[in-house]
Amino acid sequence: MRFFNTIKIALRALRRSAMRSILTALGIIIGVAAVIAMVSIGNGAKSQVESSIASLGQNIISVFPGNFTAGGVRGGFGSASTLTVEDALAIQNEIPGVAAISPEMRDRSQVLANGLNWNTQVIGEDVSYLDIRIWSVAEGAMFTEADVRGAAKVCVIGKTVATQLFQDGDPIGQTLRIRNIPFKVVGVLTPKGFNFFGQDQDDTLIIPYTSHLKRIARRPNLNSIVVQAQEADQMARIQQDITDLLQQRRNGRDPDFTVRNQQELAEAATATTKTMTVLLGAIAGVSLIVGGIGIMNIMLVSVTERTREIGIRLAVGAHGSDVLTQFLIEAIILSSMGGAIGVLLGVGSSQLISKLNGWPVLVSTTAIIGAVAFSAVIGIFFGFYPARKAAQLDPIEALRYE
Amino acid sequence: MAAVVQLEEIHKIYDSGEIPVHAVRGVTLQIPKGEFVAVMGASGSGKSTLMNLLGCLDRPSKGRYLLDDIDVSGLGRNELADLRNQKLGFVFQGFNLLSRTTARENVELPMLYGKRRFSARELHERAMRSLDIVGLTARADHFPSQLSGGQQQRVAIARALINEPQILLADEPTGNLDSKTSVEIMGVFQKLNEQGITIVMVTHELDIARYCKRNLIMRDGRLVSDVQVSPRLNALEEMKRILSAEAEAKLTA
Repeated sequence: MRFFNTIKIALRALRRSAMRSILTALGIIIGVAAVIAMVSIGNGAKSQVESSIASLGQNIISVFPGNFTAGGVRGGFGSASTLTVEDALAIQNEIPGVAAISPEMRDRSQVLANGLNWNTQVIGEDVSYLDIRIWSVAEGAMFTEADVRGAAKVCVIGKTVATQLFQDGDPIGQTLRIRNIPFKVVGVLTPKGFNFFGQDQDDTLIIPYTSHLKRIARRPNLNSIVVQAQEADQMARIQQDITDLLQQRRNGRDPDFTVRNQQELAEAATATTKTMTVLLGAIAGVSLIVGGIGIMNIMLVSVTERTREIGIRLAVGAHGSDVLTQFLIEAIILSSMGGAIGVLLGVGSSQLISKLNGWPVLVSTTAIIGAVAFSAVIGIFFGFYPARKAAQLDPIEALRYE
Repeated sequence: MAAVVQLEEIHKIYDSGEIPVHAVRGVTLQIPKGEFVAVMGASGSGKSTLMNLLGCLDRPSKGRYLLDDIDVSGLGRNELADLRNQKLGFVFQGFNLLSRTTARENVELPMLYGKRRFSARELHERAMRSLDIVGLTARADHFPSQLSGGQQQRVAIARALINEPQILLADEPTGNLDSKTSVEIMGVFQKLNEQGITIVMVTHELDIARYCKRNLIMRDGRLVSDVQVSPRLNALEEMKRILSAEAEAKLTA
């Protein structure tokens, strides 16, 4: 029963100095809002990176040729030309859990069409490539299995290439020339934008890998093999199986290939944004603590300023504990009220930031609950010292205080 | 019997400073129910310390103090607070009202710390009844800053009366008031005393002390005089005299 009276008393005291109460709570309001906005922005960035990694394709293992050494000079990764189409087919046929593969050729070439020319990446792939990369064709269609078997002179082009060569015209059915060989455009890819290395993923041109081997590169060896696993938790096993299989196919010669897993890349990238989120949140958290110190400061001033009031209360029968709870409740009300307003402000401002800048923002419930709980704890923590100081005042001294 | 206050050889020594100060040196005193006592003395005579002891704001260093037959000397901080809440009412020289708090809420204050829980309506009604006793119901929703000194002191008296105390303790209640308002406040005290409330007040004004029934004089921590007041002043008649003098002054002017 005493407790409810104390709440009433605390509320009356806060109402008596409404302006100061609001200003005191402002520190917490800004702190909580900052934490929520920062964590939301950080989470948004994280999810964007994650989705851009996912757009590269999921569960992807890449097989590269090993390095080439001649007379003590060591070439870099992929400098040896040892990966064959047979290797690719063996992986597809012999290893369980493989969803799809695509033998891959990469080359840069000058491409001509429509009286214009453009230097772009010409890659040779299998039909399955678009599915592996979670990509699709916006206009026209992907080339077919038959095109791959027949090393047909067809291609699908990225948005950038389409714009550069055909400008506003319709590229479907048009012919472009790669190394003077005419290729028919059968499809235009959906724009994918830049990847997180800053490369324009739409600045590309895809032809069947057979056509690339036969007509462009004119060599028997692949640049790499893209392998997609069915399940993420099978990746390590498949990676090992590929290594074993290729080793076996090389009859005990030194391994001349490398098998790499995209997971590592994804993990590194998400770790970076996670660090950023923690950093932003920590900076905002500091402002929350500063807000708490603000509350303590005001409460201390208020205890001194209200010494007479405390004296009166003690004289008419308040226990020390009543005064302690009153000041503690005042601090907690200030901080949790500030926390509640801060949540509204934080959610609102992160929506606003997302609207104005077009940044993806992900409001996290954990951040909201965390910030509010933390602000209440701050109220207790920073309110306790001033409250105890008030409770320990001597009534005679307090009444005499000017 | 019927002594509300019984002091036996009370001493108070402050030894917080370098030299211990012996503020009250052996006071023995009985105050029966219905008494109206003025404690007088020069500053430093120990009258304020005696008031603090009577008001259970402080504990005696030596001696025994029975308040309403309860031995106060051995009680703890919280028990003293409960005694102040239930058995004592305080009126101060500086009114000591909570600022930016209405008269009614000020009067309610002691009830919030009482043993009994009151509903909001009970709080309101009791506060209004108490304000009625001092004739201030019309000003219940005014803030102290909107009230005159006399009115503020009457709010303080209403607050002191709210828990129906055994004794009303007043420390220089007229010290901050002009002479006419002082008479007005003494009128309130006399009326309350006639209704049976025991009042102990500290004052250094002789003419104020003459409204009381009994005058004590302290010097150097000891009681040196204890006399019944006669003739006693009547605040109502004094007030009539002041008013007619004022009217006369206006007529001649």
